[in-house]
Amino acid sequence: MAMVLSEEQKMLQESAREFLQKKTPVSHLRALRDEKSETGYSMDAWQEVSAMGWPAMVIPEAYGGLGFGYTGMGMVLLETGRSLTPGPLFSSGLVSASALLQLADDGQKTRYLPGIASGEDRYSLAWDETARYQPQTINTTATASGNGFLLNGSKLAVIDGMGASHFLVSAVVTGDVGPSLFVVAVDAPGVSRQPSAALDTHVLATVQLKDVAVATDARLGGAAMTTAQADRVLDVARIGQSAELLGVALEAFERTMNYLKERKQFGVAIGTFQALQHRAANLYTELEMCKSLVLGALHQLDEGVADLAETASLCKAKVSEVAMLATSEAIQMHGGIGMTDEFEIGFFYKRARILETLLGDRYFHLDRFALQRGY
Amino acid sequence: MTDLVNFREEVRNWLDQNCPPEMRKPITSDADVCWGGRKFVFQSTAQEQWLRNLSGKGWTAPTWPTAYGGGGLDRAQAKVLQEELQRINARLALYSFGISMIGPAILKYGSEELKRQHLPRIVRGEIRWAQGYSEPNAGSDLASLQASLVDHGSHYILNGSKIWTSYGDKGDWMFCLVRSDRDGPKHGGISLVLFDMTTPGVSTKVIRLISGKSPFAETFFDNVRVEKNQVVGELNGGWTVAKYLLTHEREMIGESGLGQSGTRPLSETALQAVGVEHGRLADPALRRDIARLEMDERALALSLERARDEARGGASLGASSAMFKYFGTELNKRRQELLMAVHGVNALDWSGPGSSDGALPKTWLRSRANSIEGGTSEIQLNIVAKHLLGLPG
Repeated sequence: MAMVLSEEQKMLQESAREFLQKKTPVSHLRALRDEKSETGYSMDAWQEVSAMGWPAMVIPEAYGGLGFGYTGMGMVLLETGRSLTPGPLFSSGLVSASALLQLADDGQKTRYLPGIASGEDRYSLAWDETARYQPQTINTTATASGNGFLLNGSKLAVIDGMGASHFLVSAVVTGDVGPSLFVVAVDAPGVSRQPSAALDTHVLATVQLKDVAVATDARLGGAAMTTAQADRVLDVARIGQSAELLGVALEAFERTMNYLKERKQFGVAIGTFQALQHRAANLYTELEMCKSLVLGALHQLDEGVADLAETASLCKAKVSEVAMLATSEAIQMHGGIGMTDEFEIGFFYKRARILETLLGDRYFHLDRFALQRGY
Repeated sequence: MTDLVNFREEVRNWLDQNCPPEMRKPITSDADVCWGGRKFVFQSTAQEQWLRNLSGKGWTAPTWPTAYGGGGLDRAQAKVLQEELQRINARLALYSFGISMIGPAILKYGSEELKRQHLPRIVRGEIRWAQGYSEPNAGSDLASLQASLVDHGSHYILNGSKIWTSYGDKGDWMFCLVRSDRDGPKHGGISLVLFDMTTPGVSTKVIRLISGKSPFAETFFDNVRVEKNQVVGELNGGWTVAKYLLTHEREMIGESGLGQSGTRPLSETALQAVGVEHGRLADPALRRDIARLEMDERALALSLERARDEARGGASLGASSAMFKYFGTELNKRRQELLMAVHGVNALDWSGPGSSDGALPKTWLRSRANSIEGGTSEIQLNIVAKHLLGLPG
């Protein structure tokens, strides 16, 4: 696959940018924060996004989707990063849809995927249980009971969990080594959730499961995940997340470049100063490297490459590092105004921190990349 | 698509029969590098045969037109050829400034006569080219160059000197930036001319570097005759050609950031030298820097691929070559630093048994030039800031 976007993918990205900059600019996120939104996103905006078919993008037509592929989804996620648009496109349309596609049997796919594709159902992956990222640590249990299982445990940092209609819960069935994924409706008896407004006003959820009864066929594929399968669920997520994070970094960078051309000190635009020019040029270079990593990884998803571990960790580690640099430099180059709440550049720094942290930060993924490479 | 599949099959079969087995092994010393040219002595018949076979297909310059001896391939085909060469770990048949620098400039700006005279000989590796760009007082400020070209009716006469001529003592022909109009504007009085380095009045003197090696020379011109048909592009229009050529030079130097093909990944070398503790390379700080290096290597490779896919077949990367030059050379310097660290005190051996003639420290020292030659890192950052980011001043 040539390292370029197809015409259709380019058009999709452009229309996504146009839509998001108009409908959900950063002021939209600010308004949600100021009104202390419980879910962290606007259901009206989500319905418009759904009407455009974005949550259907990676789902095949047979299950009510568009079959447009991961590269297209990645470009839309990149644009949601640029506009800091909140909403469950990532958690439901990418992460949960791809997990179901990978693990579910045909009956489950027929049952669950059309609701995700239409946007009517919103799934969130409920996996993490530790503050420092340890995806292999799962103490949530699934005990056989009657015609199904009883789930017990507690999950944290569930992305868009407060607006979700369903959780994909990782839990270990008695006697299994690895976890299984279960579909759990948020209103099932025994499920409770609490919001935790994260530092950029995106809302994460803490979820408690107390003797939650689910049917046998709520267990995806009817079996525990192999290590490779579990890795793949998370690696697809990390690649999509890297695309979004790249969008955050690119927007912060471009806004900063405009500022360097406008802001005058000592009688000249501050962009004439070589001290800033060289840092800007270095950032540009690093961001170009990240664009290639993200596009290459998305292509691997579309090509159906089996083992994504090295690619996903490389992508997440490098994009995280560069995004943190780009957004912190954005504040520094804006000077005092960059520190104000009124000005928008700080929102990008906060968003970058959240995306960098969730699903493994740069340190986690650097370590994992090295392990994958045999050292 | 099926055309490409067939082409791959064709390439695979051809390589199978035409790439000698000896040419599929990693390079072990400078002598394994084939530069071609009149003075070059082949190390083996395999080396000579590999160059003859590959250039016979025009595949030493895969995207150049067949009319000038090139392979006539489009971008997608050239990529397939590259992949198949890598697949069998084939050595580069020909290292050539002709292919990477002056060839593309002649193709774009040269007269038909120049194309027919020079390009086929470049493809076959018959002429080794030297670059006459920098002067003692024209380094980063290249356009202030003073080597003087004066019209003498039937021909020109060249006087002056150049410095940092890569392998100047081994070159057959030179492409040389000269001042052809002393009264015009700084950038407007420059021409790019070609001449045979055996022309009377041309002399070279090698420069010994901190690495102990002498890959560069000074070149002196004392009333050197330059033919009138050997101007590339317009007379006094050489700066445009020079900049175009520089984009190719920068792309080439940037690509060297990927490391020499066929060499072992740094992490493998480190594992052997440093050992393992708890399933990880025993030195955690070193491990982190190695991982970051290997991540950047991958990012650079993908980015070069993307840039070339975006540019139309064989087109110049333009100002983005400055970005690749900057990133690639800084990467290679990091690689050499880490290689030194990995080998500890052994990396200090300059001579004596087991030192491979000081290859390690010499390569390390040589790498410091990467971010100077072809335009310093700082100049590349200036170009990125002005031409890619549109920053003022």
